[in-house]
Amino acid sequence: MTMAEGEPLLAIEDLHVTFSTRRGLVEAVRGVSFSVAAGETLGVVGESGSGKSVTAFAVTRLLDASGRISGGRIRFGGEDITKASSKQLQRLHGAAISMIFQNPRGALNPIRTVGQQIADAIMAHEPISAGEGRARALDLLKAVLIRDPDKRLDAYPHELSGGMCQRVMIAMAIACAPKLLIADEPTTGLDVTTQKTVMDLLARITAERGMAMILITHDLGLASRYCQRVCVMEQGQVVEEAQPLSLFSAPQHAYTRRLVAASPTATSTIADLAPDAGDGASRHCERSEAIQGTSSEPVWIASSAAPPRNDEERRAKPMPGTPLLLEVQNLVKRYDRGVVAVNDVSFSIKAGESLGLVGESGCGKSTISRLVCRLIDASEGEILFDGQAIGTLPARDFHRSPLRKDIQIVFQDPTDSLNPRFNAFDCIAHPLRRLLSMKDGAALTARVSECAERAGLPSELLERFPHQLSGGQKARVGIARAIACRPRLLILDEPTAALDVSVQAVILQLLDRLRREDDLALLFVSHDLNVVRMMCERTVVMQNGAIVEQGESLALFAAPQTDYARTLLEAVLHLGGPTAR
Amino acid sequence: MTSATLRHTVWILRGNPVTAVAAAGAFILCVLAVIGPWIVPFDPIASDVANALKPPSATYWAGTDQLGRDVFSRLIVAARLDLAIAASAVSLSFVLGAVVGALCGYTGGRLDRYVGRFVDVLMAFPLFVLAMAMVAALGNRVENIVIATAIINLPFYIRFARAEVNVRRNAGWVEAARACGDSHVSVVLRFLLPNVLPAMAVQVSLNLGWAILNAAGLSFIGLGVSAPTPEWGIMVAEGARFISTGKWWLVAFPGLALMLTVLCFNLLGDGLRDILDPRMRT
Amino acid sequence: MSHLSTTAKRAGWRFASSLPALFGVLVFTFLLMRVLPGDPAVFFASGPSAGKEEIEMIRKQMGLDKPVPEQLLRYLGDIGSGNLGRSLTTGQPVLADLKSRLPASLELTFTALLIALLTAIPLGVAAALRQGSGIDHLVRFICALGVCVPTFVSGLLLIYAFYYLLGIAPDPTGRVDIFTSPPPLVTGFLLIDFAVAGDWEGWGAAASQLVLPAFTMALFVVAPLARITRAAMLASLGSDFVRTARSLGLPPAKVVVTYALRNALLPVLTIAGIVFSTMLGANVLVEKVFSWPGVASYALDALLASDYAPVQGFVLLMASIFVVVNLTVDVLYGIADPRVSVE
Repeated sequence: MTMAEGEPLLAIEDLHVTFSTRRGLVEAVRGVSFSVAAGETLGVVGESGSGKSVTAFAVTRLLDASGRISGGRIRFGGEDITKASSKQLQRLHGAAISMIFQNPRGALNPIRTVGQQIADAIMAHEPISAGEGRARALDLLKAVLIRDPDKRLDAYPHELSGGMCQRVMIAMAIACAPKLLIADEPTTGLDVTTQKTVMDLLARITAERGMAMILITHDLGLASRYCQRVCVMEQGQVVEEAQPLSLFSAPQHAYTRRLVAASPTATSTIADLAPDAGDGASRHCERSEAIQGTSSEPVWIASSAAPPRNDEERRAKPMPGTPLLLEVQNLVKRYDRGVVAVNDVSFSIKAGESLGLVGESGCGKSTISRLVCRLIDASEGEILFDGQAIGTLPARDFHRSPLRKDIQIVFQDPTDSLNPRFNAFDCIAHPLRRLLSMKDGAALTARVSECAERAGLPSELLERFPHQLSGGQKARVGIARAIACRPRLLILDEPTAALDVSVQAVILQLLDRLRREDDLALLFVSHDLNVVRMMCERTVVMQNGAIVEQGESLALFAAPQTDYARTLLEAVLHLGGPTAR
Repeated sequence: MTSATLRHTVWILRGNPVTAVAAAGAFILCVLAVIGPWIVPFDPIASDVANALKPPSATYWAGTDQLGRDVFSRLIVAARLDLAIAASAVSLSFVLGAVVGALCGYTGGRLDRYVGRFVDVLMAFPLFVLAMAMVAALGNRVENIVIATAIINLPFYIRFARAEVNVRRNAGWVEAARACGDSHVSVVLRFLLPNVLPAMAVQVSLNLGWAILNAAGLSFIGLGVSAPTPEWGIMVAEGARFISTGKWWLVAFPGLALMLTVLCFNLLGDGLRDILDPRMRT
Repeated sequence: MSHLSTTAKRAGWRFASSLPALFGVLVFTFLLMRVLPGDPAVFFASGPSAGKEEIEMIRKQMGLDKPVPEQLLRYLGDIGSGNLGRSLTTGQPVLADLKSRLPASLELTFTALLIALLTAIPLGVAAALRQGSGIDHLVRFICALGVCVPTFVSGLLLIYAFYYLLGIAPDPTGRVDIFTSPPPLVTGFLLIDFAVAGDWEGWGAAASQLVLPAFTMALFVVAPLARITRAAMLASLGSDFVRTARSLGLPPAKVVVTYALRNALLPVLTIAGIVFSTMLGANVLVEKVFSWPGVASYALDALLASDYAPVQGFVLLMASIFVVVNLTVDVLYGIADPRVSVE
C-alpha cells in the first residue's frame, strides 16, 4: 500500500449512508467528513441515532444488508474503500483495519475456545500452523494482560467476565497489527472500574504499537480523557471538530454546548446541566429523539418553571430534628442456593431528604430498592416507615396497606416499565384508580393531566401508547405515575441509565424540582457517581451486598474513607483534556 | 378503540394480501361448516351403485366413491365435523393450558420447574401414539378423539403460556402495577394475561391446523368417527383402497380439503400476530 | 475433562427427569389394560368362546382379584421381566412380535430422518444465505405447504404418481417383493443384511420398496427442519460474533461454516429429537398406507381387533425409544455446546 507524504491514514469525504426501512429510505449519515492521521486517536461523540456507529460500520463496510453507502469516499492508505471488492475488503479486515464492539461477550463465538478464535484471526492473514497459532494466541493474551493466560486459552467466552471478553476481543483485533483500530462503544455496559482498565489498556496498546484509533462513544468524559481530537456528531452530521480541551472549555456549536453542559462534571450542579432548560434545550433534545423514535410528528415539550439557580437553596438539608421517614435495619436478602444479595444493610432517610445508593452491577442496590418498595420480602431485618414496621406485612399483601401510596418507584428502563397495552393516560391513572379509588370522570382526568403536566408531558400525548413515545417521554410517564398519589418516599432505580445525556439532564432537573415542590424523600439508586453527587445530600456506597461507606455526599466525594469508594471515584471520567495518558 | 382496531385490521389486511386470503378462506370454511348440509347438490350418505367410482365431471365435481356417493357433497358436509372436533379440542387445551401455564410462569419456584420439566418431556413423546392409546383406552368415540387431541395439545399451551408469562414476570410494568396497589392475582389477570393472549391466539390458529391433521389421522387409521359419516380422514382411508387402480380423486380431494384448511389456519395465525400486536399500529 | 463430566451429569439428570414421564406411561398403560371396555380376563382368555371357569382361572392367574396397588406392582414386575403378554391375533408373545418387527420400523424411520436432514439443512442454509431470493421464497413455500399435507395423503399420492402413473415404483406392499428371498438375519435392517450377504439384487429390491415410504415420512418433517435451520442460520449470520469474524477478515467459507453453521446446528439438533418422536407417531400412518410390517402397523391391527396387549407393548416400546432418543440428543448437545454446564 503506497501512501503519499503527509496524507492521513484514513480520510472520509462527504460520506452518506442510507438505510432502506419499511418507512422508506432513511439517511443515517449525511455528509460526514473527517480524517485520522497514523497513530492518532480520534474520538467520535454523539447521542443515540447520531450516526456515529453507522459511520464506523461504513468505514469497515460491515453495514447491515439494509444499509448502503450512498455517496462520498472513504480513503484508507490512498485507496477508496467504498470501491473495494469483497476480496480486497477481506484482506483489509483485521490486517489493516480492525474493530472492537460493544457487548464483548456477544461478539465472541460462544462455542469456540478463546485460543481458537484468536488463532483464527491470525490465520486469516498469515499462513501459519495451528500450533504456531496457539503460541501466538497465548502471546496476545499476555499482551492484553489477562490473568492466567495459559488457562484462558482453552476457556469459552461464557467462562470469562465481560471485561475479560473485551480483552480477548482486543487481542483478536490487534493480532495482525492493523494500522487502524475502530472501537465502537468498547466499554459501554462494563462497570466503571473495568471500564477504566480496559480503556487504559487500549490507550497503551495503540500508543506502543503506533496504531491509530477511532473511539466511538456517547460519553464525553471518555473521549476527553483518551482522545487527541474529537468530532461531535448530531443527526448524521459532524457539527464540531476540535481538541478536547478547547471543545469542552469553549464549544462552538449550539449542540456541542448543550451536550457539554448536560454531561455531569466533578463540580457541576443540577442547574448547570441544561442552563436554558425550559426552552430550546429540552425541546430540542426531545424533538430529535422523537424523530428517530417511533413518533410520527415532532413533539414540542416545554417544561414549566426553570429551577432556581440558588445553590444554597438546592443543597438545603432537612432541618435538624426532621423525623426519620425510612429506617432500614440489618436488612438481609437471601435467594435460593445460598446467594446473599443484600447482607446486613442499615440506613435511614429523613423526610424530604435525598439519599444516594451507589455501587457496581450486582452489588445488591436494585434488590434494596425492591425490598424498600415492598415488592419482595426480606429474609431478615426491619424496614420502618414513619415509625411503623412495614416489613411485617408480607409483600404479597402490601398492596392493601394504607402506606402503599406513600412509597412509589420509578424504574430503570422506561420502555420496560410501561404496560404495552395501556396508553399514557391509563398508566398514570392506574395508581389513582387502585390506591385512591378514583372513578373515571372529570376529577380523574384533571388529576392525570395535572400529574402529566408536572412531569412535563404534554396532554396531547396522553392518548398514545408506549411504543409511540420517545425514551424521554416514557420516562416522564413513569415519573407522572409515581407521583400521582403524592407519595412521601420515591425510589428511583437508575431512572436515567437508559437515556441519552441531554435527556438525562432534563429528567434529573425535573426530579429535583418535583422533590422540592412536594417535599419528597428520594432513594436514588445509581451506578453513576456524578449524578448521585448532584442529586443527593447523603450517599451510601455498596459492594457485594454490603455497605462499605456512607456519609454526606460532599464530604464522601471529596475525601472517600475506604479503598473501594476511592477506586470507584477515580474511575469516574470527567470532562477536561487528556489527563491520564 | 374498537373502530380503531377495525381500521387497523383493514389496514393490515390491505398491506398483507396473503393474510386477507387466509382470513377469507377460514371464514368460508366456517360458513360451509354451518350451512354445508343444506347447500350440497347430493345426499352425502345415499349410495347409488350405478354411478360408483365415476371420475370428476360436470355433475359430480369431485367424482363419486365406491358406493356412488358424491365426493364433493361429502367433502362439504365433512367440514362441520372436522372443524368441530379440532375447535373443541383446541379450546379445551387453550383454557386449561393458559391457566396452568400462567400460574406456573408467574409463581416460578419449584412447582414451575417440575411442571416445566414434565411438559418438556411430554412434548418430546410421540404424541400421536399417546392419542391413539388414549382413544383405545377411553373407547372408540368422537368425544374421545376430542379429549385425546386436547390432551396432546395441552403441553404446547402450558409451555407457551408459561414462557410468555415468565419473561414478563419481572418486567418493570409488572412491578409498577404492584407498586400501584395491584395484588398478584390482579397482576396476572389484568396485566399479564391480556399481554399474553394475542400471542396465544396466534398459537391457537397455528394449532388448529395441527389438531385437524391429528383428528383426521386418527380417523384415517379407523379410530373415532366411523363410516358412513362423511369425514376427511375416513374418506382418504376409503379411497386408499382404490389408489393402486388409479382412482385418484377419492384421495386427492379430501387431501386437498385437509391441506387447504390447515394452510388457511396457519397463514391466518401468522397474520393474526401482526394484527394483534399494537406495536405494528401507527 | 470437566466438560465431559458436566455433559454426563446433565445427561444423567435429564434421564432421571424423564423417568417420571416413563413411569406415567407405565401407569397409563396399566390403566389402559384395566379400563378397557369389558373384562381383561375375557380378552386374555383363549377367546370369546372361553368358558366361565377358564376366565375365572385367568382372572386369578392375572391377579385381577387383588387390590389395585398390588396389581400395579405385579404389572411393573411383569414388565421388568419382559413379560408383555400374548397377542390374540398372532398367538405369539408380544415381546417376540415386537422384536421381529422393530427393525422394519427403525429402518424406515432412520432412512426418512436421513433423507429429511440431508434435504432440510442445505435448503435452510441456502435460504438463509440468500435471504429474499428465489431459493428463499421456495424454501418458505415448501415450509408453509409441508406442514399442511397429511402424511397419509402424500403417501397415497406418491403411490398414485410413481406406481400407477409412472410405473417406476414397485407394488407398495411390504419390505421386499414376493420374488426376492429375504437375507439371512443379522440386524433385521434389510439394507444392511443384504449388503452383509453380498446380495445386491436383493438390496436393490429392498431399497426400491423403502424409497416411497421413507420419502413420504421425510416430506412430513422436512418443513419443520428446514424452517428451524433457516431461522437459526439467519440468527447466527446476523449475530455479533459473525460480524466479528468478518471484521477480522476470516475467509467467507470459514465464517459460514465454522462460525455461523455450527452455532445454527444447535437448535436444529433439539428439533431433530422432537422430529424423530413425531416420526415414530407418523409411523402408524405410513406403515398402514404402505402395508409396512413394522411395530406400528402391528399395534394398529391389534387395536382394531380389540387385542390390547400388543398396543400396550407398543406404547411401552415407544416410551423407551423416546427415552433413548432424548438421551442421545442430550449427549450430542453436550458435546456440541460448551455452555450446557451453565444450566
